[in-house]
Amino acid sequence: MKKTKINGNTLLLLITIALFVVMYIGGIAAYGSRGFSRLQTFLDILKTNAGLICMASGLTVVMLTAGIDISVGALVAMDCMILACGMEAGIGAVPMMIIVILIGLVFGAVQGFLVGYLEIQPFIVTMAGMFFARGMTAVISTDQKSITEQINPLFYKLANIKIKLPFGGYTNRKGVYMAPNISVGVVIALLVLILIFLMLRYTKFGRSLYAIGGSEQSAAMMGLNVKFTKMKAYILSSFLTSIGAICFCLNTMAASVQQALGYEMDAISSAVIGGTLLTGGVGNVIGTFFGVLINGTISAIVKTNGKLASSWPSILTAALLFLFIVIQSIFAAIREKQKG
Amino acid sequence: MAKEKTFFEKLKAWPLLLPVVALILVMAVNIIYDAVNGNNPFSFFTITLQNTTANGTVLYGRIIDILNRGSEAAILAIGMTLVVSSSAGTDISVGSVMSLAASVCCVTLAGYGVSSTTELARPLIVGVLAGIAIGCLCGAFNGFLVAHLKIQPMVATLILFTAARSIGLLVCNDLIVYVRNPQFGFFGSFFGPIPTPIIITAICVAVTALVLSKTALGTYIQSVGINAKASRIAGLNSKTIIFMTYMLCGLFAGIAGIINGSRITSADSNNIGLYMELDAILAVALGGNSLGGGKFNLAGSIIGAYTIQAITTTLYALGVSSAQAPVYKAVIVIIIVAIQAPPVKAYFRKRNAAKAAVAKEA
Repeated sequence: MKKTKINGNTLLLLITIALFVVMYIGGIAAYGSRGFSRLQTFLDILKTNAGLICMASGLTVVMLTAGIDISVGALVAMDCMILACGMEAGIGAVPMMIIVILIGLVFGAVQGFLVGYLEIQPFIVTMAGMFFARGMTAVISTDQKSITEQINPLFYKLANIKIKLPFGGYTNRKGVYMAPNISVGVVIALLVLILIFLMLRYTKFGRSLYAIGGSEQSAAMMGLNVKFTKMKAYILSSFLTSIGAICFCLNTMAASVQQALGYEMDAISSAVIGGTLLTGGVGNVIGTFFGVLINGTISAIVKTNGKLASSWPSILTAALLFLFIVIQSIFAAIREKQKG
Repeated sequence: MAKEKTFFEKLKAWPLLLPVVALILVMAVNIIYDAVNGNNPFSFFTITLQNTTANGTVLYGRIIDILNRGSEAAILAIGMTLVVSSSAGTDISVGSVMSLAASVCCVTLAGYGVSSTTELARPLIVGVLAGIAIGCLCGAFNGFLVAHLKIQPMVATLILFTAARSIGLLVCNDLIVYVRNPQFGFFGSFFGPIPTPIIITAICVAVTALVLSKTALGTYIQSVGINAKASRIAGLNSKTIIFMTYMLCGLFAGIAGIINGSRITSADSNNIGLYMELDAILAVALGGNSLGGGKFNLAGSIIGAYTIQAITTTLYALGVSSAQAPVYKAVIVIIIVAIQAPPVKAYFRKRNAAKAAVAKEA
């Protein structure tokens, strides 16, 4: 009989999931009386982080090829600004969303070309991309924009759609039944997550990504088109970031130069906590999803507590990052010992 | 027959070619811009003595401004060059560490929970040493992760990138701590007619260059960067050397942080050193150093740092707002690295070879 062996990577994913569960139960134990035990709190974490889920999924794809994309946060700011300004100019919500996604594709294609075909370090290319997108946002407008019902009723409606779930509600003090709800952004984010998961697992492109991350040379010898696959990874990342930007915009209904500042690092830390290695070849969007949830839970706990300083979430995220990196390096050391 | 190298061939092989050409281009843009606008075309280079109420007679001019404002990036570039050389990775935490060092320094000088003071609670030297010590500590943490736990530099330094700024805020009790004291302000103002940051940078560069040239340290760092395993077999302790480069990087980040804090006589945790890590990495790349580690050129990095500042200052002079400047910076960076990219170089080499073959036949 074949024994299922749990390898280091699966174990790491299990640790991530367990940590999230423990943390969430801890949150419920401490702040259950303040509504933390409600399903809606969890759904709100999803709602706030819908954009981040899309971005982090794209980033995971890039990280699988041993690359990095630090332009995602700035690209979100640029996309939101384009959305807001376009709608202010009277263009409809649907054409604007298509434009934003097209811009994402072009942006990704340029970055992907520079990384894949010109072999420039991904960090430098996407750093320039970040500068470019953030600066472009300022070129378009330096105002604080907000999207109201007058500017675009359709977009406003889309942002306020609440899809009610048939379970997990509660009755509030006035005796009204409150059904838990999710926003359109959450649906998009979960769809993206499932599609990317399936893509990584069952398509040729998905498996090429793992192969390239494992060893670029071997992948090339196997006959994979390394350059084009890498380029496609960056296109996918920017494409998903643009979808994420729409989710983000639906949640905030605003645009400014300073928007989504540091989001790239949130996305990277989510992926790393979720077990994706920056050296490439190892990782999974499910892990990344839980990474985002862990970050979101930390923020939610700090927010519910209300007394903790605003700097705690990032310190805790960093501490977790430290923990996971150390665990990863221990696993790597064990694997090396087993090999030789 | 060995052919004498022509002047152009020698020039091509010169490691400082790229940063110097970039710097000359920036100056050319300045001269043309001034000439077009009917100003003195060489106003970029003019340095005058001006009387100010705050600092007495001081040097004034665009070059002085670039040297002054570029100090932090130049100091960071020293540490970054060493880190890139030894570990083939970048330290992305330097900006955050700068902020933390400034916070610790200001809080030590002002006392915990004080938001504004003109009197120093402790002697100046204690605050400065505290700031530098915390920088070293952060560097040591990064170095431990990279050298001993063998974690990729970018991930290892991502931890402090996220945390250091927030720890700084926590140290400051979520306040912007103002230390409006001339003694503390000294590091960001003037020493005689010369801006102090320029002097500090000069000292940092001189000491590092001296140590690297008079001892074997520079060679050790490069050899570890080229092949860590071979260096270890050759008897070098690669772990200690990598650890040391990160610690030095932290030390320089601490110094840069104190200068920046002193410039604005406060510890503004959210803004000190923001994006500085990118400038420092850019300076290293612009200086003709490979981000893949190994050989390094300190002079190139320093010139690179000032080139970036010159670009920024020029853009401001051309009327580009500080928020829009990154667009141009990004385009410049891409052009510079694209020229250096291996496939592009290979393409030009091929074309030159083809041309030479044609010339031979004819």
